[in-house]
Amino acid sequence: MSSIGTGYDLSASTFSPDGRVFQVEYAMKAVENSSTAIGIRCKDGIVFGVEKLVLSKLYEEGSNKRIFNIDKHVGMAVAGLLADARSLAEVAREEASNFRSNYGHDIPLKHLSDRVAMYVHAYTLYSAVRPFGCSFILGSYDKDDGAQLYMVDPSGISYGYWGCAIGKAKQAAKTEIEKLQVRRFYSRQKRKLKLIYIVHDEVKDKAFELELSWVGEVTNGRHEFVPKDIKEEAEKYAKDSLEEEDDSDEDNM
Amino acid sequence: MEKHYTDSKVKGVSTGTTILAAIFDGGVVIGSDSRASIGGEYVSSKTINKVIQVHDRIFCCMAGSLADAQAVIKSAKSHLSFHSVQMESPPLVIAAASVLKELCYKNKDELQAGFLTAGWDSKKGPQVYVVSLGGMLISQQVTIGGSGSTYIYGYVDAKYKPNMTREECLQFATNALALAMGRDNVSGGVAHLVVITEKGVEHVVVPGDKLPRFNDE
Repeated sequence: MSSIGTGYDLSASTFSPDGRVFQVEYAMKAVENSSTAIGIRCKDGIVFGVEKLVLSKLYEEGSNKRIFNIDKHVGMAVAGLLADARSLAEVAREEASNFRSNYGHDIPLKHLSDRVAMYVHAYTLYSAVRPFGCSFILGSYDKDDGAQLYMVDPSGISYGYWGCAIGKAKQAAKTEIEKLQVRRFYSRQKRKLKLIYIVHDEVKDKAFELELSWVGEVTNGRHEFVPKDIKEEAEKYAKDSLEEEDDSDEDNM
Repeated sequence: MEKHYTDSKVKGVSTGTTILAAIFDGGVVIGSDSRASIGGEYVSSKTINKVIQVHDRIFCCMAGSLADAQAVIKSAKSHLSFHSVQMESPPLVIAAASVLKELCYKNKDELQAGFLTAGWDSKKGPQVYVVSLGGMLISQQVTIGGSGSTYIYGYVDAKYKPNMTREECLQFATNALALAMGRDNVSGGVAHLVVITEKGVEHVVVPGDKLPRFNDE
């Protein structure tokens, strides 16, 4: 897929002869260089997991969060340039807030995702600005509409998903998600949390911090970070079951 | 500042009208009289319709200056129609009421218009909202408005019950309008009623001679 777009890649307002806008593709590469974020849509809610690679032992735990609260019922997990993602989180927050002001009820997720995607798309039209170098996953839970999950990429498209992954190990993560058939799951099942561990190991990076959040029936429709005890339980389960798999592999040899 | 003082005198006068809305089991009834008058002396129209449809299952009754109310409703209707297309689903009743409220509140210095909004949506079922002159928005089970409403507060308080049947509620609404029209000189004509349920919308018009009569009539 990668090719050099010499001459046609200097601004977002230029097409290449084969119909590509290289600046947007380069923006997507920025997302691929970032560590993985996963969103999974279950029967009764959404779970977000983000792998935060720890670059320095001096980093304060819990700083530079990559999961944002957009509205009380909507959460957003990001991958790519964190500064770009933060400004988009503000945009999403304003959209959700203005909608509530004008229409008196919570913004439906599809509408929010369309509006933010339109904003991201606007930055792919002009040479004076650069596209946003981040993708993000939006998730919400409402007792009438159920759980919803949408992903927006730097080109400004938004898709609805049952499970999606963005960042470095997205291919591996997607494969694992497909294996799991998440549609039938409930939020508390730990298999999803194990998923992130599988993917992270495959990436073979050193230390990482896991950010986990959810929104669903179990949280009464509010987007929250997963409580520490449940998170630790899940992490332990994930590590243990991965070790088991490693052991069984050794037996086969 | 001076404008405020003179305006508050004018704002104190309610419209010559009687409007009401009430929730029953499975739907909502919204209705009004049909008289438009000038200065309380001349009936300029005997058959004006004050119940306006703003979307498939959402109707509004106007109160205050009819000119202002019509202008606000026209803008709200177009806004809601666009909103509904964007959302790919019918608007919620609260959304319709909020759109009206924003217009009334943001332009409160220029406008004298209030509304009763009633409708059905798939999220919360039948609902009634009141948007007052200054832009307050509240939800109610039953509500009345206009100059004729002062004569029927007792009737409504005594006779309204939640979860009535459609027939009981229609009878209640017709009686209430008839009583108000009987005592208020600037309310009269026919009773326009609209019944909104999940299945659809039904207009009921009760002409003057078919209105219920009470003991001194």
